[in-house]
Amino acid sequence: MAIPQNWRLQNQRYRLTGEVCNTCGAKLFPPRDVCPECAKPAYEPFQFAGKGEVYSFTVLSEALAGYEAYEPYPVALVKLQEGPLVTAQLTDVDPQDVHIGMPVEMVTRKLTEEGEDGLIVYGYKFRPVLKPAVNG
Amino acid sequence: MKPIRDVGIIGYGAYVPRYRLPASEIVRVWKGGDGDTPITEKAVPGPDEDAATIAIEAARNALSRAGIPPARIGAVWVGSESHPYAVKPTSTIVAEAIGATPETQAGDWEFACKAGTEAMQAAFGFVASGMAAYALIVGADTAQGRPGDELEYTASAGGAAYIIGLADESLARLEGSYSYVTDTPDFFRRPGQEYPTHGSRFTGDPAYFRHVLAAARGLMEQLGTKPSDYRMAVFHQPNVKFPERAAKTLGFTDEQIRTGLLADVIGNTYAGSSLLGLTAMLDVAQPGDRLLLVSFGSGAGSDAMSFVVTDKIAERRDRAPFTQDYIRRRKVIDYGLYVRYRGKLKMH
Ligand SMILES: [Zn+2]
Repeated sequence: MAIPQNWRLQNQRYRLTGEVCNTCGAKLFPPRDVCPECAKPAYEPFQFAGKGEVYSFTVLSEALAGYEAYEPYPVALVKLQEGPLVTAQLTDVDPQDVHIGMPVEMVTRKLTEEGEDGLIVYGYKFRPVLKPAVNG
Repeated sequence: MKPIRDVGIIGYGAYVPRYRLPASEIVRVWKGGDGDTPITEKAVPGPDEDAATIAIEAARNALSRAGIPPARIGAVWVGSESHPYAVKPTSTIVAEAIGATPETQAGDWEFACKAGTEAMQAAFGFVASGMAAYALIVGADTAQGRPGDELEYTASAGGAAYIIGLADESLARLEGSYSYVTDTPDFFRRPGQEYPTHGSRFTGDPAYFRHVLAAARGLMEQLGTKPSDYRMAVFHQPNVKFPERAAKTLGFTDEQIRTGLLADVIGNTYAGSSLLGLTAMLDVAQPGDRLLLVSFGSGAGSDAMSFVVTDKIAERRDRAPFTQDYIRRRKVIDYGLYVRYRGKLKMH
């Protein structure tokens, strides 16, 4: 991925910043400027709390190029507390321990390295909730 | 040293990775299973972790406890000897990830294992002078030892973050700090070298003990305090023996250093070491407790700081995971997986 494109994606990728629709209140992730619920414009930035649960998942044992270091690794569709579904890699969990409905939280981790002399790309992943009591 | 305006810690956060390498695994591979080990096990970062990701999570925990909008942070300073890039700041990645950008100062600090406390001292001055309302400092490392070297038993990963602000908002107020620095070549790494060089004879008395003891004594003399005035103390912990001996020499009891002494179960987290000991102490401290922190960085120097915990600790400490929550989250790996996770195999 080109360097400028990575830079524009940083807010959504480093810290799960999406948008909220000021017409119907729907929360959007990824940000797409048009509300999927009511089709009205939605530009207001919204910071997701980063909590959710595993909605579905798969375990990739033959990784995409650039992700070999992590295989086998689980990729999940995570349902965020605020509503949207997000596709993300799961981390700090053994693939056999992943289950549907597992509470997860967002962390920022290395996604890939563009070779030994290229950019290190950071972004969100989800892991099992470390401490359920600390959700305030 | 003490700034003209009173300052302190308004939020703190810890981070320790999930994986543990028992020292017995290193003995098995390199010594045929025979030999003493300086610690029980060390924390190992996962393949998607580095000093930046460790700093980000510790910083988010500190921010949760501080309860301030990230945009009010006027400086993001990250101390580490394992910055992910040789050229490109770690601090800008952290600042962006926590939402402190773009109106903030940012910079990376280096001074071996005391890079984080160095940044902390500067943050006290930066906030006290009014140049920033709040400053975020982090000490984080993913330290590496040459395979089979004695450092490999202990070189580990972890970090701690602190948000510095004025004293009336603080959960721990700074009483004073004192630094002691000399040019001592006990441990170093030249550019382009993957692993550090250390003079084994140099790491004990002329380096660690000389600086740690002098900084602790200098601080207590300046403040008029004595070891018994402190509820708890943490000394930089490259292993278990060094901080134990430093504490004993100064007149601190085992009880006083027990809470902050984490090296046996997480190893030496370098820039995170003494700062993680302090997060562990703050996790259990009571208002009025006096806490001592003494860092050590090879090269060499020590920063000593004295804090008094305030009644704000009670409402803030439950807003993020405790240091021990991270230590309890633990998956043991063998040497083979360790080699893979730490990138010690060259694949091309
Ligand atoms: Zn809408």
